Amino acid sequence: MNDQDKLLDEVVSGEYKYGFYTDIETETAPKGLNEDIIRFISAKKNEPAWLLEWRLKAFRYWQTMKEPSWAHVHYPSIDFQDIIYYAAPKKKPKYESLDEVDPQLLETFRKLGISLEEQKILAGVAVDVVMDSVSVKTTFKEKLAELGIIFCSISEAIQTHPELVKKYLGTVVPYRDNFYAALNSAVFSDGSFVYIPKGVRCPMELSTYFRINAMDTGQFERTLIIADEASYVSYLEGCTAPMRDENQLHAAVVELIAMDDAEIKYSTVQNWYPGDKDGKGGIYNFVTKRGICQGVRSKISWTQVETGSAITWKYPSVVLKGDYSIGEFYSVAVTGNYQQADTGTKMIHLGKNTRSTIVSKGISAGKSNNSYRGLVKMAPSAKNARNFSQCDSLLIGDQCGAHTFPYIEVNNPTGIVEHEATTSKIAEDQIFYCNQRGINTEKAVALIVNGYCKEVLNQLPMEFAVEAQKLLAISLEGSVG
Amino acid sequence: MLSIKNLHASIDGKEILRGLNLEVKPGEVHAIMGPNGSGKSTLASVLAGREEYEVTEGEIIFNEKNLLELAPEERAGEGIFLAFQYPIEIPGVSMMNFMKTAIQEIREYRKQEPLDAKSFLALVKEKQTLVELDKKLANRSVNEGFSGGEKKRNEIFQMAMLEPKLAILDETDSGLDIDALRIVANGVNKLRSPHNSFLVITHYQRLLDYIIPDFVHVLYKGKIVKTGDKTLALELEEKGYDWIKEKVDVLN
Repeated sequence: MNDQDKLLDEVVSGEYKYGFYTDIETETAPKGLNEDIIRFISAKKNEPAWLLEWRLKAFRYWQTMKEPSWAHVHYPSIDFQDIIYYAAPKKKPKYESLDEVDPQLLETFRKLGISLEEQKILAGVAVDVVMDSVSVKTTFKEKLAELGIIFCSISEAIQTHPELVKKYLGTVVPYRDNFYAALNSAVFSDGSFVYIPKGVRCPMELSTYFRINAMDTGQFERTLIIADEASYVSYLEGCTAPMRDENQLHAAVVELIAMDDAEIKYSTVQNWYPGDKDGKGGIYNFVTKRGICQGVRSKISWTQVETGSAITWKYPSVVLKGDYSIGEFYSVAVTGNYQQADTGTKMIHLGKNTRSTIVSKGISAGKSNNSYRGLVKMAPSAKNARNFSQCDSLLIGDQCGAHTFPYIEVNNPTGIVEHEATTSKIAEDQIFYCNQRGINTEKAVALIVNGYCKEVLNQLPMEFAVEAQKLLAISLEGSVG
Repeated sequence: MLSIKNLHASIDGKEILRGLNLEVKPGEVHAIMGPNGSGKSTLASVLAGREEYEVTEGEIIFNEKNLLELAPEERAGEGIFLAFQYPIEIPGVSMMNFMKTAIQEIREYRKQEPLDAKSFLALVKEKQTLVELDKKLANRSVNEGFSGGEKKRNEIFQMAMLEPKLAILDETDSGLDIDALRIVANGVNKLRSPHNSFLVITHYQRLLDYIIPDFVHVLYKGKIVKTGDKTLALELEEKGYDWIKEKVDVLN
């Protein structure tokens, strides 16, 4: 077992040791899913009647649907009646101090250069009352409020800004969209809500770090981001540290809405437990992420670095409705051991002179399978639409797989679609060249892979990019040799 | 410094080096010449530790260490540098990042403190001037889109940066025009000192007009069959290898 596996194994066994006890502080719904459970969730969260009604509609629709099977991934079928759909956030910290936390987990934090306070939050340690991030958080909130920016949990937004939530929830990803979107709509626990008012440029990267209990939002996360006219926001999701999580199935929904001249930049680093080296355990990450460029000259840009999860199944997409709107998708997906990833994007061009760019870098190691699946669609109304797609796959070792499934539908003679794809292997020569300069094989692989992903990493906000680089190195430790 | 005794090495079961002996002392420049297929590049690869080559017999001692027991990166740490005949491209990795990683790794191996950013930049500047390397190249990806001459000069730049004890130049002159050749040779000459040594592998005598060797060895069928001073190179230029080949073949 290499260090990475050992570490993750420890993280997970630690989680199971502590996480699966039903302690008195947790209010948990009984296993299984029926209308009563949904009523229970909605009541617990003190939701308005329209939302309960929406959840129930979604649930009824979900019951008529079948679990999809078209993706290039394989897993035993999920027993949806064997899942707990509601557990109130735990109030009690898991540990009293960092001394109790697995030293290997701390070692990874150290490698990633994560501050002590952040380490505590991530590992589930009680956080001191006096700490820098509290004051940071406060100033941060004040600053945002001054500008009229709303940034809170979606549960809070349902209470404080019900009109906004009601107006936009489910407008980009309707509950009828797909199996997991329907399930999420019925049972979503929490998530983030962002509203940027007209003409406001959000002065900082909005990160889930700054939201209390962000780590406990659970398996059915729901995020809604609205950028009003001529506003700008950059949102960071996730965390480069290995996430402690006891839920195997994750089915999140993210909806982005950009009005005239607005821009939303959404960056994700996903590093959930990928399962052990024999392919046991690991998170199933089935996510629906979609943004709509509602207004003219609006822009939505997705950047993702996916290294975790046993199965990743997600296609952050953009509907380019406004004329002259721009959609971008930059992705690095790394799979090792027995991980499976089927990821890509959809760019739906409806407006005139819309443009989209897709840059996807898949890296497969071990016995993993990595697929790019992307759709570029140009409607008859999308005059002079343009797309450029570049899908590269890098193979490490000879037992992994890389697959590319590009779908192109152009219904307009003025549309231009360019697609480039390459598949390469890390050459022995490249590694030897690094070795000869004193760089060992693991570091050489990290260097080569980071070079290969540069175009995508460059899209990430600076600090996130540095962490993502380190994460790529750690993810690929032991994959060559 | 370097002592090679009775070295036998093969690739894919085919023996290329067949009992090679060579002694290199600090400060010396040795030229290795020989006809195609005589084992020149194999010698360079074996010294650097390329895995595909199997050493079946003999020993290589480098500064009192058994070189054959060391991994390629450890050999680099000990001060062995190979200027590649065909430098490798690494897309997306800037020369600066590559060199910084290499220097820090080697310093770590030698249990030295890491080099701070300012000293590193100063070193880059100094060495760029030394090998007349365009500053723009440092910001480009490793060897990507470099011309043949730029690649070779870039090898000499890296050599200058890493200041090896033993530098092996594997046909660094091949494919170079006369100006590039002179620049490469100048770079090497400026790095010559009583403490470091060079093994210059070449097909042609012309490089040796610029880098004056202390010894010239002729490699043939995996063995050094003749050793002389720089005049031997001139003799080879004039007469070719056939007279040596014949002599050796008759003896066998």
